[in-house]
Amino acid sequence: MIVLKNVCKNFGDLEVLTGVSMEIQDHEIYGIIGQSGAGKSTLLRCVNGLESYQSGEITVDGVTVSQKDRRQLRLLQKKMGMIFQNFNLLERLDVYDNVALPLKFWGISTRSPESVKKIEELISLVGLSDKIHSRPSELSGGQKQRVAIARALVLDPQVLLCDEATSALDPAITREILALLQQINEKMGITILVVTHQMEVVKQICQRVSFLKGGKVLAEGKPEDLFIHPIREVKEFLQEESGLLPDKGVNIQLFFTDKSSDPVVTMMARELDINFSIVWGKLEDFRSNVFGSLVINVPEEAKEKVTAYLDREGVSWEVLN
Amino acid sequence: MWDIILKATGQTLTMVFWSTLFSVLLGFLPAIILTLTAPDGLKPNKIVYEILSFLVNTFRSFPFVILMVVIIPLTRAIMGTTIGTRAAIVPLTACAIPFIARVFENALRETDPGVIEAARSFGASDAQILFRVYFKESVPRLLNGVVLLMINILGYSAMAGTLGGGGIGDIAIRYGYQKYSTEYLVVCSAILIVFVQGIQSLGNYIYRKLS
Repeated sequence: MIVLKNVCKNFGDLEVLTGVSMEIQDHEIYGIIGQSGAGKSTLLRCVNGLESYQSGEITVDGVTVSQKDRRQLRLLQKKMGMIFQNFNLLERLDVYDNVALPLKFWGISTRSPESVKKIEELISLVGLSDKIHSRPSELSGGQKQRVAIARALVLDPQVLLCDEATSALDPAITREILALLQQINEKMGITILVVTHQMEVVKQICQRVSFLKGGKVLAEGKPEDLFIHPIREVKEFLQEESGLLPDKGVNIQLFFTDKSSDPVVTMMARELDINFSIVWGKLEDFRSNVFGSLVINVPEEAKEKVTAYLDREGVSWEVLN
Repeated sequence: MWDIILKATGQTLTMVFWSTLFSVLLGFLPAIILTLTAPDGLKPNKIVYEILSFLVNTFRSFPFVILMVVIIPLTRAIMGTTIGTRAAIVPLTACAIPFIARVFENALRETDPGVIEAARSFGASDAQILFRVYFKESVPRLLNGVVLLMINILGYSAMAGTLGGGGIGDIAIRYGYQKYSTEYLVVCSAILIVFVQGIQSLGNYIYRKLS
């Protein structure tokens, strides 16, 4: 379990993190989302000790992450593999040697039968067995990230830290990489901490997510809760405008989860015998479940009836305007 | 004539070979210190970096002919003499050390900082990063630096004639210029061109093999 308690960090006068707290459970995929400059990457670097922090505390399985004790920090770093936006592979090593590199840092032979087996298995896990002796320059972006993933797993980590790992990839490749991460999480039980500015990443794989802005966590929870029913800052981040809503009548936003499979809207129209217009709506796919929201415009006098009906049906709603 | 040219060619090769070897060996250490203490290095240290950088610049700003004279006492202390091919190796090396130190520093510092960060994230020590990342990734660039160095030393070795160093350049001056022998001038120039082209081609070939 990774616990952050009130973590503060500044570069000179620039405050990057101002009291960040969160708990990442074992085996979960946890997302940190926010715009560039929100402090996401710095936060991730504090977690594995690449950056120091001024106050607060970060612990991994109860051990404090601190640059003061170099030996302990190294042991913690061994537990946490990391992948990067720009892959950061060594250009002059082939796929095999890139994956093997962290073993060398730990004085583990890379030519022993166990190591060879492990490295080959990891390369096969990421689907690059036919490229085992290729140099990074011969690989595509997605393939490079696969090599980086194999490299990050070679020390048998419990945690995988992903720093904008799909930001340099196109949408189709992004989905493939995310599927691979999900597979690693399920099969190997590795906790994954993802830092990203891409909604798709959070929607497709994260079980929980924090929204970071100006070095603060402004919202935390399940992605569906955060994004279907967003707070103002998240809305700004999503650049999501409910469009131009009509001035007349009442605008009511309904929130749907995958459980609300009944045709509530049409049922309501028939049962209450009222007319309304649908003025805005969206559906989103979260880890293969569909969530969405719809804004309807009803006459002022029908408001009470409609809201009462929605409450009875168990649909959550909110009056806009 | 060919005896003279052949002997001079041998002298030139001797001077270039030993000066390159010594300056590469001696230039590595300052290059490593500069790389480590640079603002983006593993152990940033402004004072050490600035002092070393200043020294490198100072020695690089000496024209070779002047440096040769200035370090005559050093040459005598090391070689026991101040004239001849062997004696010329000292000023050539002295001139080449700051040059190659700077060239190596630049080569090493061109290493992708992301790769260094990745290594750190896996718990690599500074020494491991230096040898397994900085050096490993920079080999082709370091090699390019050595090629540059050899061509430079070849040029400077012509001036070593002033110290009785001999060599192709010396023959070109003494026979070609002072004795008005166009023949010598042409042959010497041709040999120098072949040397430079040869070193560069060999360097390019190895560079392609390595990178």
